[in-house]
Amino acid sequence: MKTLAELRAALGERPWLDEAGAQVRADPGAIGRLVPAAGRKCGGAPPDEAPGWGADVAARAVLLGALPAERVAAEAGEAYRYGDAAEKRAVLKALPLLPIGGDAVPLLHDAIRTNDTRLVAAALGPYATHLDPPAWRQAVLKCVFMGVPLSAVDGLGERADAELAGMLASFAEERRAAGRDVPADALAVLESLREG
Amino acid sequence: MRIFDPHIHMTSRTTDDYERMAAAGVRALVEPAFWLGQPRTNPGSFADYFDGLVGWEPFRASQFGIRHHATIALNPKEANDPRCRGVLDLLPRYLEKDGVVAVGEIGYDSMTPEEDEVFAAQLALAVEHDLPALVHTPHRDKARGTERSLAVVDESGVAPGRVVIDHLNEVTVKLVRDTGCWLGFSIYPDTKMSPPRMVEILREYGLERMLVNSAADWGRSDPLLTLATGEAMLAAGFSDDDVDRVLWRNPVEFYGQSGRLDLSDLDGAQPTFAGNSILRGGS
Repeated sequence: MKTLAELRAALGERPWLDEAGAQVRADPGAIGRLVPAAGRKCGGAPPDEAPGWGADVAARAVLLGALPAERVAAEAGEAYRYGDAAEKRAVLKALPLLPIGGDAVPLLHDAIRTNDTRLVAAALGPYATHLDPPAWRQAVLKCVFMGVPLSAVDGLGERADAELAGMLASFAEERRAAGRDVPADALAVLESLREG
Repeated sequence: MRIFDPHIHMTSRTTDDYERMAAAGVRALVEPAFWLGQPRTNPGSFADYFDGLVGWEPFRASQFGIRHHATIALNPKEANDPRCRGVLDLLPRYLEKDGVVAVGEIGYDSMTPEEDEVFAAQLALAVEHDLPALVHTPHRDKARGTERSLAVVDESGVAPGRVVIDHLNEVTVKLVRDTGCWLGFSIYPDTKMSPPRMVEILREYGLERMLVNSAADWGRSDPLLTLATGEAMLAAGFSDDDVDRVLWRNPVEFYGQSGRLDLSDLDGAQPTFAGNSILRGGS
């Protein structure tokens, strides 16, 4: 996992982002307009040093990281609440890098309730260690159901348990009964759980 | 034929429509925030609606290879309900979104003092957020409503070239043609405007600053009337290039003024998890 400092370094020279970060430090409320604008100002392909992070996602994470610690949970919550899909995804990706403990778990629940595959996938990154086991298993099953690749699920190998195996097995049974395919990555997880 | 529908309410449409639109050549569209048929009673209801316009609906459109942008505003009808006035305070957040390419639909419904106030306030937001404006003209008393809208736009300081006056017809087109504003026409099955009537208007007034939309919503409407208008233009002797100008290049030019219109990769890239059951919303 990248740190905020590594993300900032990976973005290279970004005068707009430095100025925006300074604004957030001076006036945390300013983040409400800067997080949306970061998409236009810092958009583009993932930096070479931070694969999997679009430049806009990394820039938004850096802005959230500029918030004073006591404001992070509230402002990240607002940025998510009023964010478009890309902003919501950026907040979810940033959560494990922010000093908020488990305060942002409700954001994960919101994202997992959606049918937007990008948000469901982003909710199952490293911050999902804060999800309780039943919620986490349901979210993993939802990924399989929606066709989100299980490579999106952080720590799957360590956290998958017999209960999840049972859920995946009954999902596979229903799919087969309907004459439909079962995603290969789900079968692989099921197989490894049975072996274990 | 490539089609950009500059005004269509996809929230009210089904995936069948998306499929038919994609097959007909619709590659991009703009969904303006408007009334939902059932009046809303509080700002939170609008916030959720706006979230859909910059969240779920663009995702849904992307499943069919169609690029979705939105315009955001407090619509004229609900501007009259004091319980909804707080929506104006929500707008600055949404007007900063990447997918928002104009302030709209704003304008008049019944031409009340409340509508005056909200219309002017939102034109000021267009200036502040450096966005074009989409102005709805009223269904009743349309000519007077159009004249009054033009006067408000004139006072607002928004350049006419950054404003579209929408839902025009044979009578109101004359009022707008020489103002420098863009002219929007909503092609409906049996009201507002029909493809043959639209072709006549294009013949008489030319193609410059002309926008043709389906304005399809929850009422009787047809998202393919943009295509029907293109076909009627060809049948009447307009060239392929003329059709492309009206149905693609004009809306691209108008909304492109926002600096936020993103039509990149429309040919190749598919959404990350395409081709799966997400087409049915994960069912």
